[in-house]
Amino acid sequence: MNFPEDLKYTTEHEWVRIEGDVATVGITDYAQEKLGDIVFVELPEEEETIDKGDTFGVVESTKSVSDLYVPLTGSVIETNDPLLDSPEIINEDPYGEGWMIRLKLKNLQEVKELLDAKAYQKLIEEEEGA
Amino acid sequence: MSQKTPLYDWHRQHGAKLVEFGGWQMPVSYEGVLAEHQAVRERCGLFDISHMGEFYVEGPDAENFLQKLTTNDVSRLKDGEAQYSLLLYDRGTAVDDIIVYRLGSERFMLCVNAANIDKDREWLKGHLSGRVTLDDRSPEMGMIALQGPKSAEVLARLGFKLDSLKRFQCVEAALGGVKGLVARTGYTGEEGCEVFLSGKDLLSLWEVFLKAGDNSGIRPIGLGARDTLRLEMGYPLYGHELSDEINPLEAGLSWVVKLEKGDFIGREALVKIKEQGPMRRLVGLVMEEPGIPREGFAVMRGAETIGKTCSGTFSPTLQVGIATALVSPSSGAESGENFIDIRGKMKKAKITKLPFISQKK
Repeated sequence: MNFPEDLKYTTEHEWVRIEGDVATVGITDYAQEKLGDIVFVELPEEEETIDKGDTFGVVESTKSVSDLYVPLTGSVIETNDPLLDSPEIINEDPYGEGWMIRLKLKNLQEVKELLDAKAYQKLIEEEEGA
Repeated sequence: MSQKTPLYDWHRQHGAKLVEFGGWQMPVSYEGVLAEHQAVRERCGLFDISHMGEFYVEGPDAENFLQKLTTNDVSRLKDGEAQYSLLLYDRGTAVDDIIVYRLGSERFMLCVNAANIDKDREWLKGHLSGRVTLDDRSPEMGMIALQGPKSAEVLARLGFKLDSLKRFQCVEAALGGVKGLVARTGYTGEEGCEVFLSGKDLLSLWEVFLKAGDNSGIRPIGLGARDTLRLEMGYPLYGHELSDEINPLEAGLSWVVKLEKGDFIGREALVKIKEQGPMRRLVGLVMEEPGIPREGFAVMRGAETIGKTCSGTFSPTLQVGIATALVSPSSGAESGENFIDIRGKMKKAKITKLPFISQKK
């Protein structure tokens, strides 16, 4: 399983790419693998402001439903609408074409609270070991 | 502590995701639910369903006993024939849905749901009378299903003609040297068979099938696809479309309830329910807006709740969300606009008859 070093991660299995005050968010390789075939995605409206920890959407696989949590407070400046018709892209390319939303961040301090690749990998090992 | 089938190690070695189901550690998927679903609809798939229970009912009074305990007419069965049937409580709701196989005039086998094995055994035991014995062989027996349009081709490579059996017939046979009871039954809507055999032969038969099916694109299939396949066909799953709170007239199963055959447990209640008209009826729902319905979601007509979903999923064949639901019979629901409350959002859905897709065989 692949966890790029240049990304940040959350305990809810989202990844975050920080570029200036813009964050791109998706779900990790581990999350897509755990979910199985993704068949439905719900994304927020653009311009919506969402607080860190709130849900911004839903992913559903054939068997399960998972909420998506906003890792950092910000306003939604872009959503990856092709996912709505082709949610399988998330399985195929979770860190690339499978990105979900772009946020304009309100509080850059929050970035420090995210996990780096090493810490996230450790979290997964613990979850798998349990 | 959950049980393991004799194929547990094989499943793990072949990348299966395992889940607890009915007290068993079972594979939910191998390569993915969608790919497995498609393999069964287009080619063929192999299912380890050893969690299912097998009871042998034997003795001179075995047939009378089963007539009393089950809803279908056991007297219509000849040797080597099977029928779908139900065990009911006195109030008419379901103890379980089962298949009754007649192996001989005084010898029957019942195939029951994994989660209900203990309950069914105690229920049947509690009603034993006359010269009849009940033997629960679930622990030592295994079960494999071969399903899909290429099933007959795979069986032919093993010297077995599927067409020698009609639907719901069964025969003792050896496949690749492995003996079992081969039944032309299934839970997918596709051509195929289910084989009952000793658990210690399970891995042998599994490998025989995989080898014989190699050129037919055979795949191991988990419970995830088993569920999407059965739901597309509108087949009930105990605990969802049928339960100890749902009677067969509500579940659309009056075709396995033979009220005219004589007395059986639950008959009186069903006669009454039939007179009054059932309180609910089972329908299919197809989403007309994006969204996937799941179990227990409210079905709405305007502001009025007309029922609740029993099962819901994404249909890989139709590429849309589908659900079964029990709705009030007087809702006239087909004609108007219906919605499913998907986590607080009202999404339009159309009521349809079951099955969602037509049976090919």
